[in-house]
Formats: sequence, C-alpha cells, structure tokens
Amino acid sequence: MQPAISVRNLSKSYASGFEALKNVSLDVREGEIFALLGPNGAGKTTLISTICGIVRLDRGEVTVGGHDIVRAYRAARALIGLVPQELTTNAFEKVGDDVAFTRGLFGKPADPALVERILRDLSLWEKRDAKIMTLSGGMKRRHMIAKALAHEPRILFLDEPSAGVDVELRRDMWEQVRRLRQSGVTIILTTHYIEEAEEMADRIGVINKGEIILVQDKAELMRSLGRKQLTLDLVQPLDAVPEALSAFALELADGGGKLLYTYDTQAGRTGITTLIGELQKAGIRFRDLQTKESSLEDIFVSLVRKDA
Amino acid sequence: MNLRGMMAIYRFEMARTGRTLIQSVVSPVLSTSLYFVVFGGAIGSRITDIDGVPYGSFIVPGLIMMSLLQLSISNASFAIYFPKFTGTIYEILSAPISYFEVVCAYVGAAATKAIIVGLIILATAALFVPMRIAHPLVMVLFLVLTAIAFSLFGFIIGLWADGFEKLQLVPLLIVTPLAFLGGSFYSIQMLPPFWHAVSLFNPVVYLVSGFRWAFYETSDVGVAISLGMTLLFLLACLGVVMWMLKTGYKLKN
Repeated sequence: MQPAISVRNLSKSYASGFEALKNVSLDVREGEIFALLGPNGAGKTTLISTICGIVRLDRGEVTVGGHDIVRAYRAARALIGLVPQELTTNAFEKVGDDVAFTRGLFGKPADPALVERILRDLSLWEKRDAKIMTLSGGMKRRHMIAKALAHEPRILFLDEPSAGVDVELRRDMWEQVRRLRQSGVTIILTTHYIEEAEEMADRIGVINKGEIILVQDKAELMRSLGRKQLTLDLVQPLDAVPEALSAFALELADGGGKLLYTYDTQAGRTGITTLIGELQKAGIRFRDLQTKESSLEDIFVSLVRKDA
Repeated sequence: MNLRGMMAIYRFEMARTGRTLIQSVVSPVLSTSLYFVVFGGAIGSRITDIDGVPYGSFIVPGLIMMSLLQLSISNASFAIYFPKFTGTIYEILSAPISYFEVVCAYVGAAATKAIIVGLIILATAALFVPMRIAHPLVMVLFLVLTAIAFSLFGFIIGLWADGFEKLQLVPLLIVTPLAFLGGSFYSIQMLPPFWHAVSLFNPVVYLVSGFRWAFYETSDVGVAISLGMTLLFLLACLGVVMWMLKTGYKLKN
C-alpha cells in the first residue's frame, strides 16, 4: 500500500548554517495517527513545513499521496491541511468568512453547509460572525483547525495543536481527531503532552538534532523499550547496596530508604523471586513494595538522552 | 489553474477595502479635491493656458496619475506585507496555487482598487473644472497599465520590507518626489534644457504625458514612447516579482 507521505533522504539547512534536517527518511501510513516527538529545536516543525511547502528543501524527495511536493505541488498540497504551531490569524476577518476563504484558496467550490458543520463540530458556530481578534486563545486554535479542515484534506498536520488549550477543550479536540481518523484522514501530530501521543497515536516517530532516531508501532515500542521498576520500602535505610546484591541492577533512593530494582518485562525471568531471597539472606527487610511500568514519556526521555 | 484560489485572494483583498473605506477611497478623493481647489481654482486662475488647455483642466490627468500610482503601490505592498507580518502567509505558501496566480490575484485587487479611486477622482474633477477626453480607450489603457505596473512595484516593496518603516520608505523618498517632478503640475517643455533632459529619466513623466494626451491630445513625449515605457516598466516589475517568489526571497527559508 502506498504511504500517505514518503520522505526520502531529506536535508535542510538554514542561512545561518544550522542543519535542521539531516538525511531524514520516513513513511507515514494511510489512515494512521502518527505522533512525531522530539525536544525543542529537534526539527519537527521544519519537517512539517517542508512537506507543506512553507520551507524549501535542500536535498531529498518528498511525496504526498504519491505526488512529488515540488514537481506536482498542486496535487500534493491539495491533500494537506495544516494547523501550524503559532497562533497566526487574519485578526480582522469574521470566523465564518475566513474558513470559507481557505476553502476557496485550495480551489474548492463554496460549501456553506460544510463550513457550518465544521464550525459546529468545533463549537464555533455561535462565533461565525465574530471577528477573529475577539476570540479566546483556545477558540483561535480551534478556528485554525476549522481552516485546516475547510478543504476536506486527506492528510492533516497538527503542530502542537493543544498548546494553550484548556483540558476540556483539549479533550473535545482529540475527540474530533479520532472522528477524522475514523473517516480515513491520516493525522500527523506533534505535541509536548506525551501522554496524549501515548493515548492517541498508532505509531511514534522520535526526532532529535534533525535525525529520526526511531519510528515504531506504539504498542511495540512500549513493549520493547518499556521497563518495569520494583520499589522496596526498607525498614532500615542503607548507606550502600551490599556487595552480595551486586548481581542485581539496584539503586538506592530517598536517602537509602528505598531500593529500586529495574527489570525487563520481556525477559523470561524477572529475577524478583531470587532478589527477595537474597535480601532475606542479607538480612534486609522491607515494609512495602510496588511496581511501576515506564510511560512513553520515560521512553522518550531515555531515547533523547541516549542520543545526546 | 486554481481560479477559485485566485478569486478567494482577490475577494479577500477587495473586502478589506470595504472595511477601510475612509482610508482607501474617501481620503485620496478629499486630498485630490483640495489640489483642485488650491491649484486649479485659486492659483490656476492666475496662470495662462498651457498648450491651449486651461491650467485647472491641464493638471487633472497628472493628479489622477499621482493618486493612481501612490494607491497602487500602497495597496499591493500592504496586501503582501501584512500576511508576512502576522504569519498568515503560511496559508498562501501551503495552498495549491502558483506564484503567478498569487501575483495576479494580489496585483489584480490592488490595481482594481486604484482604478476605482482614479475614476472617482476623475468624476470629482469634472465638478471643479471643464474637461474633455479625446481618446477614452487610450485613457483606460494608460489607467490600467499604470495601475498594474505600480501594483507590481508595490508588491516588490511588500516582499522586500521587513518592517512598517521600510514599507513607507520607498513611497516617501522615491515615489512621491518622482510623482511631483513628473509633470503633473506643469509641462516639462517649460523647464530649462538641462532639467528637461533630467526629467526624461523619470518614468512618471511618460505616464502623465501619455495619459494627458488621451485627454487633450497634447503631450511632452510621443504617446507611443509613453506606452512603450509603461509596458517596459510593467514587464521589469513582473520579472523582479517572479524572481523574488521563485527564489523565496524573504518568504521561504
């Protein structure tokens, strides 16, 4: 099956000499929610801007729906809707007129019924005759989503769409994203709320210093890179991990009052039973224990740190 | 061709004029009316005819041309500079529309607005001074070509400017002096030989001269030369605009 977006050996440097993208290759599958994660300045927005035609590419090739973004830019761009990171609006325009403008700009005939449906879905219908400058930050963000949807794109880029949006509105927004995915729209999102990516995405891509360091199915990623940690609440604090327990990956925390044991969930044997036996032999007693599974955020942080 | 995209930009720009009616239409009409009162009425009554045309009537084509080129420049430069300033230019850059179509839409809207104001000034002038238009089609041709040429020039300024100060710099320091020294208020034949020769390097001279010929069949330079120079300026501006857009000058990193 042809990918919705195919990026091959894409490189981009700015006039300052900063190399924003280094030989990036990436495929985004049709109909998936793809979360692109990376620290600030990693190259996420440059990658999105290049695919959308806002930034010129230096080297490489990008196709959208099989159309080259340079040679067949009209066909490629017609498939894309973009919600940029910055809140940039035609402040003096009316909400409804501005959404209709975007539809026309993308070459689509006027469709007031569609514009009404989009505005209603995003709870903006009541504000259709209001000037954009009078909207709150969250409403402006939703207005930008409405504009991105106005020409019925098959691929939607959401660059930090929930930044500055309150919790309730954010949930509504993600509900809208789910509905779009159900209708077959491919969604590429960047977000600083990694729990959102964990909840929404089908696949995760991690970019750091202009390089894609990982692209993996989310569930597979959580399985392969996910770790569990056993925390033992000790009765007597320890100054150091005893020599007899050096075979285990142990760390002391909380001034020696907690013993942390990290283990691989995929391993045949976790080593917990042996560890508890060895603790008893060493006379180390504990009053409580708990386990915690690493989140996508933990995985993301460890990947980026490893790459630093 | 993305005709709907072009129309969307064109309508968007024309709607902006509606919101800023006083600034866009009333203000130039008022200032031009004052020129007629001062130069045409008060001072003009003491000046003899020029080439057989009463002074008040003589300055009408020049005044229309001055307003036309200043408005064309300000309309087009602001139209492309403002989305750059606010960041909404991303929408134009990511839309399935060619550079040429973008230029046609923005320049078309800027020129339309300038022509409308030019025609309103013409109608206003008819209230103050006696007037005749010997060659209406030639008049319209000069009106349209000048509006397009200077809208393209304004588009260049809008692309080049990276601040509101720069946006005003070229119109204030170059265009206004050229407009005043372009023979709007006098015939360059009245100048000493040296300044007459210098004036021929001013492109506004050719616009005013050709335009005035369409009214009164009197001109400082031949009408064919005026037309040729206007076309040359238009094509030069179009070439620069297309180069700027193709290279992404101050638009695309």
